[in-house]
Amino acid sequence: MAKFQISRRKFLTAGTLGLSGIALSGCDAFDSGLGIGGGLRSFLENANGLTWRAQRLLAGSDALAPEFTEADIRQPQRPNGVTAPDDDTYKGLLANNFADWRLEVTGLVEKPLSLTREQLRNMPSRTQITRHDCVEGWSCIAKWTGTPLSLVLDQAVVKPQARYVMFHCLDTIEQSLSGNIKYYGTIDLIDARHPQTILAYGLNGKPLPVENGAPLRVRVERQLGYKMPKYIYKIELVDSFANVGGGRGGYWEDNGYDWYGGI
Amino acid sequence: MDTVANNQSAAEADGKDTTLIYRQSRWTRLTHWIWALSLFFMLLSGLQIFNARPQLYIGKQSGFEFNNTILQIGAENTANGPRGFTEIFGHRFNTTGVLGWSGPPGQETPRAFPAWATIPSYYDLGTARVVHFFFAWILTTTLLVWLIAGLINGHIRRDLAPRLSDLRKLPRDIVDHAKLKFHHTREYNTLQKMAYGGVLFVALPLMIATGLAMSPSMDSVLPWLNEILGGRQTARTIHFTVMVLLVLFFVIHILMILAAGPINELRSIITGWYRTDPPAKHEQPTERSA
Repeated sequence: MAKFQISRRKFLTAGTLGLSGIALSGCDAFDSGLGIGGGLRSFLENANGLTWRAQRLLAGSDALAPEFTEADIRQPQRPNGVTAPDDDTYKGLLANNFADWRLEVTGLVEKPLSLTREQLRNMPSRTQITRHDCVEGWSCIAKWTGTPLSLVLDQAVVKPQARYVMFHCLDTIEQSLSGNIKYYGTIDLIDARHPQTILAYGLNGKPLPVENGAPLRVRVERQLGYKMPKYIYKIELVDSFANVGGGRGGYWEDNGYDWYGGI
Repeated sequence: MDTVANNQSAAEADGKDTTLIYRQSRWTRLTHWIWALSLFFMLLSGLQIFNARPQLYIGKQSGFEFNNTILQIGAENTANGPRGFTEIFGHRFNTTGVLGWSGPPGQETPRAFPAWATIPSYYDLGTARVVHFFFAWILTTTLLVWLIAGLINGHIRRDLAPRLSDLRKLPRDIVDHAKLKFHHTREYNTLQKMAYGGVLFVALPLMIATGLAMSPSMDSVLPWLNEILGGRQTARTIHFTVMVLLVLFFVIHILMILAAGPINELRSIITGWYRTDPPAKHEQPTERSA
């Protein structure tokens, strides 16, 4: 029995040393296995699909994000990401106070649209005081006014095979060797038709400022900030991510963020 | 259901008056190690997520034009070069090398938690979130399985539920722990019950609740959660604070195992078998109702 004890002790010592060796060298291995497209990464990313389905099941299509009171608006909406697009197209539109700007609605729709700011403003609007949650961890409460996206989609008549709404933006988020990348992103039709999903042109009772996405940005109140593109000029109905940037459903998604940003 | 089994022959062969008993059921052992693994990855990916916004606030939102920051980790330039600092309730501490400013000599960078404490080691919020939420599902599911198994096999009622006698034993128990004098019995002592029960019934559920409260989608399902917790940013602060408490628990847990006899303790959480102390001369009859 004493012999057994020694061998067990040896075994445990060796085991502990071995395990810590694996743990230490494993850190680097783990880092490299986590790259986008890697097997380990893809496996872990399944959790995002699970979260998406679970939260859709719990929240359904109409559960509203909490709305706050005027007293909760204690500061200007914190701008993030691109806050002053340097693109000539954008600067040209801005110089003219967006008189020449149009919102195109294209893709899998029966009636493609080209809407002016006035046309959007003349549609029924929704105003909501909501909390903007950034993926980084901060929150900011502000009052948003805009046209419900569902009304625009109804006007364009979405084809049955459409599954996602893609937002095309005017701002360059990244300059690469193969050209400038302008921000883009997608949401599913449940969030697109959610009552609080609006194409916002007003912030805290004033026209939407440039740093917050003028002339138009989307509000998707049950998701994080990176799912709410700014400087929108085109809405495209698509049936897959195949032709959306790198194929993961958005600019940040192509850079490693989960597509579903409800958590 | 697992029952207490004596292995008298092993004890006799050892020539000692001790007994090997079957202390930990397979449910306890399996869930213990899944939690250990999950918490390791959740901690390191969580610190990476924190690095994206190394500030904690109180309330519904983060104060940019007003001050509701209670903790901040950052870097600043001084006459002697860059310096890492940690500010808690307005008190600023120099934490260069660990918090705020760290890295290999000559290659230090501004980052709240150092590379060795985060997953991935380099700055990558997206990947950290993938890892964090994967293990969040594992941890939550395992906790639920453990809860059901523990209720069915009696582990929770028999081993964790505090009794009146535990309260009576508490002062003595504290003294014993302070003297590193351990009694190896099948039953958990009072402080163990408090620590394990506190982690499983308070800390981890609070971690899950504050985690869910931070999800904007869950906020539409359970808006009362953030109201109870004091707002999303307070929920985030609680999430961080409980993390610190869990790390503290882990450190004490390891120290106690080392002090109480790591081989015996490890064996019981790997194989289930635990060597108990020889019965004392004046030992009271066991209170455990099998």
